Amino acid sequence: MKYYSYFPGCSAESTATGLGLSVQAIAKPLDIELIELEEWTCCGSTPYSSLDELESILVAARNLALAEKTGLDLVTPCSSCYITLYKANLYLNEHAQLMGQVNEALAAANLSYQGKVRVRHLVEVVFNDVTPEVIASKVKCELNGLRVAPYYGCQMVRPDYGFDNPEFPHSLDRLVESLGAEAVPYPLKTRCCGGSLIIPEENLALGLIRKLLDNAVSNGAQCIVTPCPLCQTNLDAYQSKVNSKFKTNYNLPILFVSQLIGLALGIAPISLGLNTNIVSPRRVLDHILMAKFYTTQGAKSGT
Amino acid sequence: MKSFVEEVAATPGGENINTCIQCGTCTGSCPVAGEMEYPPRKIIAMIRAGMREEVLSSNSMWHCLSCYMCTVLCPRGVKPTELAHALESKATQQGFRIKGTRTPAMYRSFVSSIKGNGRVHEFGMMLRFYLQANPLAAVKMLPLGLKLFLHKRMPLIPKRVKGKEDLSRIIQKFREIRGN
Repeated sequence: MKYYSYFPGCSAESTATGLGLSVQAIAKPLDIELIELEEWTCCGSTPYSSLDELESILVAARNLALAEKTGLDLVTPCSSCYITLYKANLYLNEHAQLMGQVNEALAAANLSYQGKVRVRHLVEVVFNDVTPEVIASKVKCELNGLRVAPYYGCQMVRPDYGFDNPEFPHSLDRLVESLGAEAVPYPLKTRCCGGSLIIPEENLALGLIRKLLDNAVSNGAQCIVTPCPLCQTNLDAYQSKVNSKFKTNYNLPILFVSQLIGLALGIAPISLGLNTNIVSPRRVLDHILMAKFYTTQGAKSGT
Repeated sequence: MKSFVEEVAATPGGENINTCIQCGTCTGSCPVAGEMEYPPRKIIAMIRAGMREEVLSSNSMWHCLSCYMCTVLCPRGVKPTELAHALESKATQQGFRIKGTRTPAMYRSFVSSIKGNGRVHEFGMMLRFYLQANPLAAVKMLPLGLKLFLHKRMPLIPKRVKGKEDLSRIIQKFREIRGN
C-alpha cells in the first residue's frame, strides 16, 4: 500500500461528483491510500490568478503548508488544481521574497511552508506508481471491443511539468489499453474544451466542444475518457447545447478515466457515480459489461 | 517611472517578454485568437511599444483559456499564458473597465465564492454571475442547471469548510504585508 495526501478539489464534490466517487472507489483496489487533506480550501484556480496573481499563490500555499505537515506527496485528480498548486510551489521556491511574505501571512493561521511538497496528478500516480501492467493484472472485466477516445485536455500535460508529452501524450492511451479497451487515434486529444469560459463566453466554448466531439466520433470512438472535471462537464453537460446550436445529434458518453478503470476492476457503476453522467453510458457499456451490474442498479432505481 | 514593458517584465510570468521575436507561433496555436481584440503576438508588440491603455482595456487576455499551447510551443520561452494572467491582474488592480467580455465578472463571482465559503460553491457562483451579467441568460441556463441538479452535480447549499476562517485571516494578513 502506498500513501498520499489527497486534494479532491471543489468540483469533485459538486459538478464532477463522478470524479470524486470513482477516485475513492478505485484507490484501495489499486493499493493506494488517499488521505484527504484536512480543512483544505480552494486552490484558487485560474480566476484567482487573473484577478490577483500574488494573492492566488498565497491561497494555494495554505494547502501546500497543510500537505507539508503530512510528509506525503500531494495528489489531486483535478487538472486545474494540479497546475495551480504545482505552479504556486514553483514560484514560491524560485522567489525567496514572496516565500517570506507568504510565510509571514501563513503564520496568522499558525502555518508555515518550506517548499518541500511534491504536487502530483492522480493520473501520473496511477501511471507511474501503480503502472498499466499492474492494473492489467487486476482487471476482472476486460473492456474488449470498447473503442475509447482518450482526451487529455490541457492542464494535465501543459505547461510541461515533465509527466507526459505536452502535445502528443500517451499515458491515457496506455491506461485505456491496459483495461482491454481500444484507444482510437484522437488528433485533438490535447486541444482545449473552453474550460471555465463556458460560463461567460458560451458560444465560443460550444464551438470548441463540437470539434472535440466530432473528432472522436469520426475516429470511431464509442465514448471519450478524460481525467479533468472541467472537460467532462463541458463535453457531457453541454453536449445537448452543442446539438441544438449546430443541428448535430451527438450522443457520446463522456467518462472519467477513473470510472473506466473502476468498471474494468469490477466495481459497481453506482459506486463509480456513473448515474451522475448526463449522457448515459449504458447503451455503450451494456453489451460489454456483465449485465449483473445493471440488474442491481436497475432494481434500486426502478428502471 | 518604469516603462510599461519593464513593469510587465517585473511581474511573475512576464520575465521573458523581451526575448520575443514576433514569429506568431502563439497566435497561430491559440484556439481563440480570432475572438481577441488583439491576438497574443500583437499584444506583445503593443506592450513593447508602451501602449498601456490599449492593452489593459482590451478583451484579449480575458479570452485566454489557459490551455498553455502557446507556452509550450514558443521558441523563445515567452510564456504568453502567464503574461495573460499578469495583464488581467494589472487591468483589475488598476481599475480598467473592460468591454466586450463577461469573463472579469465571472472571475469576480468565482473569487468571492472562495472568500465566502473557503471552496467554490458552483451554484452560488453561477447564480451570482448570471444575475449580474445577464438575467436573461440565467433563465436560459435553468434547464442545464436542473439537469446537473437531478444528476447530483449541483448542491444548492455550500458545504461548511473548517479552514474558511484561517483562509480569511491569512488573506487579511497578506494584504497588510503588501500594503507596507
